[in-house]
Amino acid sequence: MGKVHLRVYRGNSEGGQLRDYEVEAEEGMVVLDVIHKIQATQSSDLACRWNCKAGKCGSCSAEINGKPRLMCMTRMNEFKEGEVITVMPMKTFPLMKDLATDVSWNYEVNKKIPPFTPVEGAVWQWEQEDADRVQEFRKCIECFLCQDTCHVLRDHDKMTKFAGPRFFVRTASLEMHPLDALDRTELLKQEHGIGLCNITKCCTEVCPESIHITDNAIIPLKERVVDKYYDPLRILWNKILGK
Amino acid sequence: MATDVRTQKGLGVTLRKDPWWLEPLFYQCLFGGFTVYATWAALNPYGPNGQHYYEWGPYLSPMFSPFFNPAWLHKLPALLATPALLVLWAPAGFRGTCYYYRKAYYRSVFLDPPGCAVGEPCAKYEGETKFFIFQNIHRYFFYVALIFIFILSWDAVLALMWPINGIGPDNGSAEGPKQFGIGVGTLVMALNAYLLGGYTLGCHAFRHLVGGGLDFLRVKKNHPVRFILWRFVTKLNERHMQWALVSMLWVGFTDFYIRMCAMGVWHDFHISLFPFLNSIGHVFGGSN
Amino acid sequence: MSDSYQSFEYDVLVIGAGGAGLRAAIEASAAGCKTGLVCKSLLGKAHTVMAEGGIAAALATVDSRDSWQQHFVDSMIGGNLGNHWRMAQIHAQQAPDRVRELEKWGAVFDRTTDGKGNINVRHFGGHTYKRLAHVGDRTGLELIRTLQDKGVHSGIDVHMECTIYALLKDGDRIAGAYGYFRETGRPVLFKAKSVVVSTGGIGKLFFINSNSWECAGDGFALSYLAGAELCDMEYIQFHPTGMVWPPSVRGILITEGVRGEGGVLKNTKGERFMFKYIPPKYQGKYAETEAEADIWFKKVVIDGVKEDTVTERKPPELMSRDVVARALWNEIKEGRGTEHGGVFLDIATRRSAEDIKKKLPSMYHQFKQLADVDITKVPMETGPTCHYMMGGVKVDPETQMSNVPGLFAAGECAAGMHGSNRLGGNSLSDLVVFGKLAGEHAAIYAKKLKDFPKVDDAQLKGLNKEMNQPFENQNGEVSYKILANLQHIMEKGAGMFREEPTMEQCLKDLEGLKERVKKVTAEGNRMFNPGWHVALDLRNMLAVGEAIVRAAKERKESRGGHTRTDFTGYSKEFAKKRVVVRKKGAGMEVIREDLPQIPKELEEELVNAHMLKPEILKQLRGEA
Repeated sequence: MGKVHLRVYRGNSEGGQLRDYEVEAEEGMVVLDVIHKIQATQSSDLACRWNCKAGKCGSCSAEINGKPRLMCMTRMNEFKEGEVITVMPMKTFPLMKDLATDVSWNYEVNKKIPPFTPVEGAVWQWEQEDADRVQEFRKCIECFLCQDTCHVLRDHDKMTKFAGPRFFVRTASLEMHPLDALDRTELLKQEHGIGLCNITKCCTEVCPESIHITDNAIIPLKERVVDKYYDPLRILWNKILGK
Repeated sequence: MATDVRTQKGLGVTLRKDPWWLEPLFYQCLFGGFTVYATWAALNPYGPNGQHYYEWGPYLSPMFSPFFNPAWLHKLPALLATPALLVLWAPAGFRGTCYYYRKAYYRSVFLDPPGCAVGEPCAKYEGETKFFIFQNIHRYFFYVALIFIFILSWDAVLALMWPINGIGPDNGSAEGPKQFGIGVGTLVMALNAYLLGGYTLGCHAFRHLVGGGLDFLRVKKNHPVRFILWRFVTKLNERHMQWALVSMLWVGFTDFYIRMCAMGVWHDFHISLFPFLNSIGHVFGGSN
Repeated sequence: MSDSYQSFEYDVLVIGAGGAGLRAAIEASAAGCKTGLVCKSLLGKAHTVMAEGGIAAALATVDSRDSWQQHFVDSMIGGNLGNHWRMAQIHAQQAPDRVRELEKWGAVFDRTTDGKGNINVRHFGGHTYKRLAHVGDRTGLELIRTLQDKGVHSGIDVHMECTIYALLKDGDRIAGAYGYFRETGRPVLFKAKSVVVSTGGIGKLFFINSNSWECAGDGFALSYLAGAELCDMEYIQFHPTGMVWPPSVRGILITEGVRGEGGVLKNTKGERFMFKYIPPKYQGKYAETEAEADIWFKKVVIDGVKEDTVTERKPPELMSRDVVARALWNEIKEGRGTEHGGVFLDIATRRSAEDIKKKLPSMYHQFKQLADVDITKVPMETGPTCHYMMGGVKVDPETQMSNVPGLFAAGECAAGMHGSNRLGGNSLSDLVVFGKLAGEHAAIYAKKLKDFPKVDDAQLKGLNKEMNQPFENQNGEVSYKILANLQHIMEKGAGMFREEPTMEQCLKDLEGLKERVKKVTAEGNRMFNPGWHVALDLRNMLAVGEAIVRAAKERKESRGGHTRTDFTGYSKEFAKKRVVVRKKGAGMEVIREDLPQIPKELEEELVNAHMLKPEILKQLRGEA
């Protein structure tokens, strides 16, 4: 296949710059393979996260030619011959080193979501149709590419007021679980700021698991928030029913 | 040290190499063009001799349906004295608060963001919590839009009723009995109702209403009808964008078609059907 | 270099946050212990996510004939009686409860379609009945996410991206662990009353493997260096179907489901060769001609006829992993393999394109995205890949404690449950069953101790110096180069087929590597430096590599995941022995120990219930 030309961000929390690498490529390589080859032959201290190398763990998130993607699922033959390929760490999160970013904020948000709590006297028998909707959300591999690309976090830095698409998906998987007893609508509206989402769908576009984040998780949750807080007839109706 | 590409922010800052700006540009042209046409058409219901440009025989432009023309309307400044004023707030409100359109215009008009992983002007951002909180009214516009589907379908049915005495001088149907017929305009109007149906019934708020609000527990058994409806709406919803754009363009085209006929630019082909059914035609009532 | 370290104190410290580690931590925390959980990656990225097929448990939701007894028998026969019977029994008895517990913690398993809506189960190699609870082909992800979310709300302290370099002891008993944070390189001390190792496997020791970088055998080496006994280290599972081309995907798994859905194995001559390789233990159970296998395929797979009503036998492609892997290897070795060193796995001519996309979506995408191959049109190329370590830390079946007081092990790095060969689906259930036991007993042990064991500060200084050595070394080699050499050496000396001279050579080569590792050099500094991380991992990998080869040399027979070309077949003598490896002075000691046998009453009960056949027992015991 010949030589490929990568431009990789090298730096740490204090800053950094792009550095050029030329690597002898083999057939069928993905971007992660080239990064590994750079580590093995040129810069053994180039930091990058990876685990499964098959698109199942969501560790090797990066921005390749400006697009948030998994390095293990981006084949080199997608690019034109001789093209310089830029590999950047995720922009939204603070940098640790090179391609590794500090994603710990995400884990803190997750802790705030009340866990699955079964209804009292639950009967654990239900159908595949019931499971389908929740299972889509549970495909999430926590690559945090949606968080990275979401402009509310990326451009507006609303980390303290907004949970981000990943955790709306997580909340949806709990809220729509047939046997879950809790109501997390208030959390969604207040602390997790679902109103800040302007449904511009970039999260859905970058999701490597093709989860319909906006249509199936965020919008249905927004509608549940409307039910509870913004729909006068519905609020009245619920009052009458004593809900 | 050179500027750090990682921390740069601002409008259009990106390392993307593809023409990401094409998408917002396309929608700016599309929405801009449609808005200009719709405004112009709404404000110009009449020809120079007072003839109607919003109807031609049994055809009625969807921008003027349901047709109301109360006297007080004409007390408004001449520019605003158009029956479309009493109609267009509804579809405009429905589309303006539609989850799909919101995505499209937040991106292309407000550039918030202009594209995925493309920088934007970092002004104050409140999403849909402060000013745009009105978007939550969407479901009410949906209820209205649902009524419009019936009205526009009825219009298409009425577009089968041809006046035996021909088209009047104001472009409406002339007085007298009617007979069944079908014209190109009828098909245009029927297709319009169908497309609007596909768009309206695929609405996210409707999807929530019919079943999305439930937590599915043996849903097929416990809520069989709602589940079937939810599945149907979900199917439409998956193509909500396509329905939204095509139906929007077709509304414009339907108005344009009728206007062209009324202006005498285009000739509408139509044929009579089932002459023996003509007597039934009387049931559908008189002329405009 | 600074000796200043961060310090934490826990009643129970769990090392490794895959299925077993998370389950252990949840249990220890629930028992009221202050629990710390350390993982090398981010939480939720552990190798458990790679498990596709399902979790084996005799839930009997689809086939009411299933029972723990049958699951126990299947596991024992699958493991060629190399299992510790008591572990296999505990596993079979407790797995259903562990699966139902996962559901109560929020796991969403696929449901049965019989109107009852129970947890659905599927077929897998070696299991008599449908037995694998599953979530499409991402069961491992479901398991880890469920445990992760349960865990973060259980008050467990999680230390992510932290590598343990050594286990610490106070006299005989465990005292904690010492390591470094990957981000900063800063040393960290965990004082702990009891420690659970659940660090997964050893895949990275082999050139062709299906594992992530994390599977470097840490738990085996750390425990071994701390004085724990390892056993069954010769039993390594080579999965028959890994990808072979292009080079960058070599080893990535092709699910057993491809064969389950009708895929057949062919050599370059177009022969369906598996018919030649049916071993005595499976004779009479599998089809002997292509015609018979095709009728079975048509009836059972295509038409969905119930298996017990079909007179034809299933195709030999569906035999256990060890058997199929050996057959593939033999075909390739004898020159009937492809130019890339594989054979063909063909589903394209067996099923329609729609069927393939519907039944095997992730395989379709995996080949399309990673290899640019459309499996609905052309056959896949496939070859054996190192997949799973059956051996590990020798533990007490009831408590999961090793011979070092306070040191527990669970999951892949504990030995005994699977014998010489693991059945598909038994690994996920292993994780939760024995993870729970390890956590429970680690907590009990910790509660009995009044004071924290003491840690020797001088030892910590020494360890930190050791960790820093790669930066002090001048002009040595880069760690990646040595790692690549190690993988080739292990592949050659301790791969699928083993014999005395190559293993001898392998040991010599490993000695050579040890010298090179002493001089390994790392560039840069301790901040998130993968080259340095690998340099430190090499010590562990060499220790584990040596244990594997020495154990393999000791077992002079072929059994399951251990195949010797110089000692083929089962030996009567070794059938009742397990090979134990332990540290003695600076060297490694290998001994043979009696392997506990199934109690007579239980064996009789199973024979009387027609679950266990005396002639198969005889065969596996080398008495036939």
